[in-house]
Amino acid sequence: MNEEYTITIFSENSIGLLNRISINFTKRKLNIDSLIVSESAIPGVFKFIIVVCCPQNTVEILVKQLEKQIDVIRAFYLKKEDILYQELALYKLATESLLESNEMETIIRQHNARILEITKEHIIIEKTGHKSETQELFEKLKPYEVKQFVRTGRVAITRPDIELLSEYLKGLEQEHRK
Amino acid sequence: MQDHTKSQKVTGSEALLLSLIAANVDTIFGYPGGAIMPLYDKLLNFSNRLRHILTRHEQGAIHAAQGYARSTGKTGVCFATSGPGATNLITGIADAMADSTPVVCFTAQVGSMLLGTDAFQETDVVGVSMPITKWNYQITNPNEIPAIIAKAFYIASNGRPGPVLIDITKDALIKDCDYSYTPCNYIRSYVPSPAIKEEKVKWAADIINAAKKPMIVFGQGVILGHAEKELLEFVEKSGIPCASTMLGLSAMPNNHPLYKGMVGMHGNVGPNRMSNQCDLLIAIGMRFDDRVTGDVARYAKQAKIIHLEIDKAEINKIVKVDVWVRGDVKESLPMITKLINKGDHSDMEPFFAECEAEEMRRVINPLLNPKEGKITMGEVIDTLNKVSAEQAIVVTDVGQQQMISARYARFQNSRSFLSSGGLGTMGFGLPAAVGAQIGCPNRKVVAILGDGGFQMTMQELGTIIQEKLPVKVIIMNNSYLGNVRQWQELFFNHRYSSVAMNSNPDFVRLASAYNIDAEMVNKREDLKSAIERMYNSESAYILEVQLEEEGNVFPIVPLGKATDEMLYGDENK
Ligand SMILES: Cc1ncc(C[n+]2csc(CCOP(=O)(O)OP(=O)(O)O)c2C)c(N)n1
Ligand SMILES: [Mg+2]
Repeated sequence: MNEEYTITIFSENSIGLLNRISINFTKRKLNIDSLIVSESAIPGVFKFIIVVCCPQNTVEILVKQLEKQIDVIRAFYLKKEDILYQELALYKLATESLLESNEMETIIRQHNARILEITKEHIIIEKTGHKSETQELFEKLKPYEVKQFVRTGRVAITRPDIELLSEYLKGLEQEHRK
Repeated sequence: MQDHTKSQKVTGSEALLLSLIAANVDTIFGYPGGAIMPLYDKLLNFSNRLRHILTRHEQGAIHAAQGYARSTGKTGVCFATSGPGATNLITGIADAMADSTPVVCFTAQVGSMLLGTDAFQETDVVGVSMPITKWNYQITNPNEIPAIIAKAFYIASNGRPGPVLIDITKDALIKDCDYSYTPCNYIRSYVPSPAIKEEKVKWAADIINAAKKPMIVFGQGVILGHAEKELLEFVEKSGIPCASTMLGLSAMPNNHPLYKGMVGMHGNVGPNRMSNQCDLLIAIGMRFDDRVTGDVARYAKQAKIIHLEIDKAEINKIVKVDVWVRGDVKESLPMITKLINKGDHSDMEPFFAECEAEEMRRVINPLLNPKEGKITMGEVIDTLNKVSAEQAIVVTDVGQQQMISARYARFQNSRSFLSSGGLGTMGFGLPAAVGAQIGCPNRKVVAILGDGGFQMTMQELGTIIQEKLPVKVIIMNNSYLGNVRQWQELFFNHRYSSVAMNSNPDFVRLASAYNIDAEMVNKREDLKSAIERMYNSESAYILEVQLEEEGNVFPIVPLGKATDEMLYGDENK
């Protein structure tokens, strides 16, 4: 049975690693639903967060195959209930439509979105939320002609306490020095 | 002696060659070309310390490096130029990945200024080789060369070994750099063999002590971990009958009383049946390949399974196991041996004896002692065993001749069976034998090749002659792509589609064009003396054996069947 899993990967900052990681999905014909990469709390260590739908058995093997890549430090998978996650969406609309309608401001407020910028031509709105929420706002704004709409991949934080990467790395160094 | 720790100014090419020497490399298999010319130029200055074997094709170079690595336990090294040179390595790299062979490939690349411009002979070989390398890296700055090479050898040879590819731009080969070499022994993102967990060992030992009908299946992990002695000690103390996967062959001598043969598609009857009867299966350095398990849904379901394995990603991948001990089997085996009681499972002997008798009657005897007809493949291997006193390194190609070799060749020493297992690469045999002979000049190397597979890399006869290698070659000529023909016969209603090799060359004349001694044998009574002449020859020798055309390899576990549902070939007789 397919379920949604959030895969977290800590890695070295090396060229081509994204390719190496994505190959592990391609070779199983797995579609990546969302992916983000950025530097983690530890300088030089990068963090990938990848969302994928697949059977549990597949994700278990996949994560081990990802961790096996030389430049991957650690890889985990988490179920929906084990993470708190958010995505960020930006919307660009014509300033005119804001001025002409009364509802738009209400929509923005109701959806806990905020206005980032207003110029003579356009207004840029930001909203944080799950995909369904950012999508809902998009649908609501549609009648006012959304000129651009972008959404990030998922950022997630785990609910259960898992070993901190910094502790893990410290342990490794100590083991090595022995 | 070169001091590798003091920094010195050299070119990138020199840094590369010095680094290889510092990494204890003395042999390179390769082929030159445009982008790699600066390196080949400097190679001339190192000819007393680095032996370069010019093969006749880059595929030959990589398979030779694999044969060298697998026969010696050292890391194989090859050189190739950019573009087509690099892409010609790909099959061998994939093969080394599948069979966990430590090789480091150096490919030259177009100048760094030209990267990404579709320059002459530019292929993104880092991209192309990514799925089939354990690690790969592109060097554009020559100062990186020593550290990257140190890392490459560390990665290729530690943990579960595998191929590493280093791509170096032409300008990095030419430019000056600072050279000093420090071996790599630690990469924080890669823990090759973690400390073994005592509680797992204890748990495994308890299960072993309680087992009534246990069986061991060992694989190449034993050879890669240099753990042959540790395996033997474990087997002898536990008294547990054992079997090998194809890649584990020769890790244990065939004549050991507890050795019951090979498991898998063309494995022996006893161990294949016992897989589905034992109450405990101890898997040591093997990965439950589908050619070993047959129908996984019906594999060892009745048994508890203990898995000793270095690669975490292999644990619970195909078969769910009860206990796993992750780590190098050279360390885990003695830990378990220490905790187990001295065991006696001689009550299992009658089962194996019965299976052996049945296999002998239904398969082996008819194959090895036919009353009439043409020579069979089995007879050739059986005769070779006698002539070689089981001392040769047997290198095979892929197909029926491979399976017959795996079934019938006998060994007394480890690292004596080299064959392309995981990838099943036709064309592997001849170049791998070249590499094995170079790595083991004091051993007899016999390549067992099909008429089809030989023609995939037969250009390497040129390398054999050039290097004066006493490689012995047996061409098992059945005038067919025999393995495929067998499947068409058994599973495709006897419809033979593109499997006839009826335009084979005259192999003896082909050999003579290379000035290689050769003969053809097609009569049973001449076989032994022909093999003796070949085996005892001081130089290279090709023996073509004209065989029965439509011989089959039995028993066989057909696809989708369980390991105890073998066909024996006598069903319709
Ligand atoms: C490169 C490659 N191409 C195709 C195959 C498929 N294949 C496996 S065995 C075989 C036939 C081999 O024929 P031959 O070399 O004559 O050996 P025989 O089986 O007759 O001993 C083929 C075509 C393969 N394994 N490798
Ligand atoms: Mg053939």
